[in-house]
Amino acid sequence: MWDYTDKVKDHFLNPRNVGEVENPDGIGEVGSLACGDALKLTFKLDSNGRIADVKFKTFGCASAIASSSVLTEIIKGKTLDEALNVTNRDIADYLGGLPEQKMHCSVMGREALEAAVENYRTGGKKMHQLEGKVICTCFGVTDREIERVVRENNLTTVEQVTHYTKAGGGCQGCHGEIRKIIEKTIGQKAAAMPSVQPKRKLTNIEKIKLIEETINEHIRPALKADGGNIELIDVEGNKVIVAFRGMCASCRLAEFTMKDVVEAKLREYVSGDIIVVEGKNAES
Amino acid sequence: MKTIYLDNNATTRVADEVFAEMQPLFCEFYGNPSSMHSFGGRVEKKIIQARHQAAALLGCEPAEIVFTSGGTESDNAAIKGILAANPAKRKIITTRVEHPAVLTTCRELERHGYIVYELAVDSRGQIDIDELRRNLDDNTAVVSIMWANNETGVIFPIEQIGGLCRSYGVPFHSDAVQAVGKIPFNLSNFPVDMISLSGHKLHGPKGVGVLYVRKGTKIVPFMFGGHQESGRRAGTENVPGIVGLGKACELAMKNMQHENSRVKLLRDKLENAILKTCPNATINGDKVNRLPNTTNISFEFIEGEAILMLLDQYGICASSGSACSSGSLEPSHVLRAMGVPFTAAHGSIRFSLSIYNTEQEIDFVIEKMPIIVNRLRQLSPFVKV
Repeated sequence: MWDYTDKVKDHFLNPRNVGEVENPDGIGEVGSLACGDALKLTFKLDSNGRIADVKFKTFGCASAIASSSVLTEIIKGKTLDEALNVTNRDIADYLGGLPEQKMHCSVMGREALEAAVENYRTGGKKMHQLEGKVICTCFGVTDREIERVVRENNLTTVEQVTHYTKAGGGCQGCHGEIRKIIEKTIGQKAAAMPSVQPKRKLTNIEKIKLIEETINEHIRPALKADGGNIELIDVEGNKVIVAFRGMCASCRLAEFTMKDVVEAKLREYVSGDIIVVEGKNAES
Repeated sequence: MKTIYLDNNATTRVADEVFAEMQPLFCEFYGNPSSMHSFGGRVEKKIIQARHQAAALLGCEPAEIVFTSGGTESDNAAIKGILAANPAKRKIITTRVEHPAVLTTCRELERHGYIVYELAVDSRGQIDIDELRRNLDDNTAVVSIMWANNETGVIFPIEQIGGLCRSYGVPFHSDAVQAVGKIPFNLSNFPVDMISLSGHKLHGPKGVGVLYVRKGTKIVPFMFGGHQESGRRAGTENVPGIVGLGKACELAMKNMQHENSRVKLLRDKLENAILKTCPNATINGDKVNRLPNTTNISFEFIEGEAILMLLDQYGICASSGSACSSGSLEPSHVLRAMGVPFTAAHGSIRFSLSIYNTEQEIDFVIEKMPIIVNRLRQLSPFVKV
């Protein structure tokens, strides 16, 4: 059971400002039914440009509902610029803290607020859309969003990024990219790569082991997420022979997958000269 | 506030009779059953009795019962034990809806070079027996398919699966943790080679289980050490646990009729009432081949953990297949394998009853459920009011 603070429980059981503002000045909608949480925020400004009324509707767990509720309390009476200074940290702090795994609820609150303000500033035209390059395809999280939570919350590990944005919480295929974003953002090698490229030449046994490890850690999970699989058949010098199973075997994009993912990953983790070929005589 | 416990597939209340049997084994009769004195010998007799009680419930020989630390150990010991005994065979067949004790074990073995084939399930949560037939071959070391699913209560066609495995000469293991105690067993003439069961799912204590191993089945022990359990499971016996489990098996036999009549009626009453009072709610899983105590219901447009938190306000204990309630970010692997849309999987609630539930309790849940669902739907952006 989650260890929710009394404040979280209070805002979940007695949520403030539920509903939709009539004829709102701004509407922000983030999340989706598929993702497991979604928030619709509507607000109206008074004649001084301050938020006179703000309401929310949320699909999600207790902490998602509580985060939405306190967000409306925090921003009521603020100007839009003041409101935009609210970070996900502020939301979490107001609640007396959230379990680490639930921090993405506070991030969703901040995102809905930004979407609503943007919607107002573009004259009601612009609805929320992804900005930047999508890193996590399972949950549709972009590099910009990841950079931002890393910066604002001093995150140092992939696991934390997952707690805050959900990125990397599905097939885990994007963990390497998330790690690079963390390193770039905090400007230091805080999160060490799991397989450090060794300086000396690998023995054959070491090389095969490393290839197996790389397939297990970085390649198979992504394929399995789409119902496929990969099997290592043999290693001859720099030639790695593999076979694709399940959905991958019949996939028309198999060649693309192999070149793009398997070879790239093996070159990244094992050695730059690796060539991947598909075993034809492999057991079917 | 009174607790209304409808989460019996997670764990059960220890029966008073079970607790009474266990108590003297802590401070009074604490001897080691392996010792060569009558103080220990007395305890050994207790274990022999428990072995008979477990065998009676399963309809097997007492010698086919191996006591373990629980369902997870039994699953690990069965699968890894068979593989170790047949090192030339490299393939495991299981299903996508297994309990993590089997699924994670198989996926770990896959990392060590085994080929793991996970059978798909249809929208009712049932496997396609032909898919199993197509995948059985000379390289298959073991088939592991659960007797009944913990999340939906769906019962698999074990006799048919076992018969097929037998015709291919492949050992068949079944995780029967959710089924034992809820439906009758008679393994003596049944085509299954190993089953796992767990004490705490049938009103016995936690930390004790059974691995049934059919006479003649070759498995390599999972733990090494002393000669306990005829060399099949080393380590000084968890005496109070084993004795409690034995008593729980005896009680389960006595209560089997009850489980399949009164408990089933209460489950059906709860299910039908909820479907009537809560719009956009659906049952997940095969309604015909199902454990008598389990129902899994999806409520559209609302999220499971929020439902659980509100149920908790009334003292009602249930569980959910939503992502949030598990701490992972994706909803139940069982519901996803069945093709339940994400929207419904996030709002799924499992109620699992036991013989201790009363009609009054069920009526209370029936009264509160629509209030909870309506309250959350008023908050939901996906419901137009």
